[in-house]
Amino acid sequence: MSVGLTQFLGLSALLFSIGIFGLLTRRNAVGLLMATELILNSVNLNLVAFNRFVHPGAMNGQIFTLFTITVAAGEATVALALVVSLFRAKRSVMVEDINAMKW
Amino acid sequence: MNSPTYLVPLLPLAAFVVNFLFFRKNKHLAPLISVAGVAAAFGLSLYLAMGVLEHPQPVVDSFKWLDVAGGTLGNFTIKVGTLLDPLCALMLLVVTAVSLLVHVYSLGYMHDDDGIARFFMYLSLFTFSMLGLVVSPNLYQMYIFWELVGLCSYLLIGYYYKKPEANNACKKAFVVNRVGDFGMFLGILFLTYYLGTSDFQELPAKIGAWPVLGPSWLPLGVVALLLFCGAVGKSAQFPLHIWLPDAMEGPTPVSALIHAATMVAAGVYMVARTYVVFDASSFSSVNAPAVVAYVGAFTSIFAATIACTQFDIKRVLAYSTLSQLGYMVMALGAGGLGMTAGMFHLFTHAFFKALLFLGAGSVIHAVHSNDIRQMGGLLKKMPVTGITFLIACIAIAGIPPLAGFFSKDEILMALKEAHLDHLYTLASCVAFLTAFYMFRLFFLTFTGNLPQGSHAHESPTSMTFPLVMLALMSVVAGWTSLPHGKNFGHYIHYERPAGMAEQWKRSEALATAHPSERGTAAAHPILDAAEASAAHAPEEAAEAEKSHAFEWDPAIYIPATGVGLLGILLASVMYLFKKLSPDTLINSLGGLTRGIHKLAYNKYYIDEFYAWVVYKVYFVFSKGIAWFDRHVVDGFMNGLAWLSQASGGVLKRTQSGQVQAYALAFVLGLTALLVIVRNVLF
Repeated sequence: MSVGLTQFLGLSALLFSIGIFGLLTRRNAVGLLMATELILNSVNLNLVAFNRFVHPGAMNGQIFTLFTITVAAGEATVALALVVSLFRAKRSVMVEDINAMKW
Repeated sequence: MNSPTYLVPLLPLAAFVVNFLFFRKNKHLAPLISVAGVAAAFGLSLYLAMGVLEHPQPVVDSFKWLDVAGGTLGNFTIKVGTLLDPLCALMLLVVTAVSLLVHVYSLGYMHDDDGIARFFMYLSLFTFSMLGLVVSPNLYQMYIFWELVGLCSYLLIGYYYKKPEANNACKKAFVVNRVGDFGMFLGILFLTYYLGTSDFQELPAKIGAWPVLGPSWLPLGVVALLLFCGAVGKSAQFPLHIWLPDAMEGPTPVSALIHAATMVAAGVYMVARTYVVFDASSFSSVNAPAVVAYVGAFTSIFAATIACTQFDIKRVLAYSTLSQLGYMVMALGAGGLGMTAGMFHLFTHAFFKALLFLGAGSVIHAVHSNDIRQMGGLLKKMPVTGITFLIACIAIAGIPPLAGFFSKDEILMALKEAHLDHLYTLASCVAFLTAFYMFRLFFLTFTGNLPQGSHAHESPTSMTFPLVMLALMSVVAGWTSLPHGKNFGHYIHYERPAGMAEQWKRSEALATAHPSERGTAAAHPILDAAEASAAHAPEEAAEAEKSHAFEWDPAIYIPATGVGLLGILLASVMYLFKKLSPDTLINSLGGLTRGIHKLAYNKYYIDEFYAWVVYKVYFVFSKGIAWFDRHVVDGFMNGLAWLSQASGGVLKRTQSGQVQAYALAFVLGLTALLVIVRNVLF
């Protein structure tokens, strides 16, 4: 069995589902962040796979992935900074404790 | 502004403004300024009237006030200004003369009153409004001043604002008048909408085109009757007469000026002004003049019977005023000659009725009571008041050669000419009743014995002078109709515009031939009545000249004088010589006469009937409507509010602040959307 587009997409879907599951079930804000990274990576994998199997000559998907990784790094930085300041304010990083924005 | 007519109303207005701004509390200067204002207006009116005698052609002097879009003939213009013609000049003279005398009289009558400055301010404002009404060149200006005189009437009836009766009376007057004015305004709107003008000078040329310009569902007679509604309110004709007797709560000079001589005559004046509309309506399916005649006749006999039974001196005079106004209105319904007669009676009546009221005021001033049962023998104590009052009584009873005789005679004549024979008989009965109740009043007040402990004395000169002047006018005012002189109809008369009948026929034919062209530009060629039949003009003009000539007819004036004398005779038998007591008369035919007397004494229970209608019918209906409003309409609105509040209360729980709950909803929603897009749309 050769590794084709289907296998890459299957792996990507698995990663995405794990990410969503983590996003919905983790209670630690840092865990949420990690789940988000998983989702991003599944998307990256998709992009690269499509680039390789649908337009082998083009570079668009790979370059776009590089962008995504860069932005994800920035996003992680900001998010971590938010978590740190949240912890300073609330002494907790558990998301169920952070519910000030409600009716 | 070429003619000085506009100054006539503005002079009293100036007096009002000066008093309002500077002398609101000044008991000495304010009355004098008001008197000066109206005296100047009187002088100017006299000058203008002299001019009109020489040049009776109408002079219009107006400027554009508003351009109004709409109407079947496109835009039309509402103008403000003055129209001076014999009719207007006559009214100017009557209003300023009576107003001046009432002003002078009030100097004495209101001397000790604390609100004298306010009183004179209102009088000036009223005089301005009334004069503005009289000089109006179109219906819109007339309507504005019409409402202004109504306002002044309200203010002056309620002058003694501490008296609850006065407060109720002024509200009643205002509200009842509004009922009539509503109809009048509708009439004005219909006229201008379909004819494109409300100018008195332009109406005669256009009115004949009504069948083609107006809508098919609206006969001209209905429009005329809508206008007449205003006159029914203002001139206190049945069924809107109820406000006038109550208006006697105002100070007596006000009753003399507003509720006897001038404002209540405005209705008659308005009908005379727009007489062409009434005349033309006799071609249409609704004959307005006939209705006018019967309303006037009914009011006249109805009020005369009430006047015979009342004991309040001012109320007797109020019902007498109603009756005399009915006389004028009845005359208006009797064609062109009737219009002359009605205006003539308005002219003479203004003087003797003002005199009667001022005399009554003088009596009330002396004995401090309105009840004629508590008076008597005042002739010796108050000779000037007594004699002038007697002159007015003779004048109103229609005994020659006093004013009332001539005008009453012309009305009877007009009725005869118009072949309204039953109205002629009725008018003669009214003449009898008038003589009877006036002399009943005179004998009860001025003859017999003085009540015990009476300190009655003659009024000051400021009050007796106007009495004497008005008595003089009551004697001579009718003499314009003496056989050798030019009669009244020479100055004031209505002529059917040349070619109006022709124009009416042509436009009627046009309307039936091309119903779709109703109210369109196709009607324009027939707008000018004069052009319609230039050929017919000379003969019609000659006929018109003949029609307003007043001819003396012994068959009319002898019975008319006879019934007047008979009334006086009966009154003197009953109240002077006391040979016949009123009770014998009341009981003469048992239950029948007693019942009639009771009905008349209680004013035919009209007030009670209206009260019943308002409380039992109207209020019950209103309560039903109020219940519907409170429970159904409000209930629906409150239900909506409750629903949105309740659903909001439930839905707000979804905003929990829990990020993961949002994320879950987002994921589920997106999944659902994808499933829908995949399975339903593709």
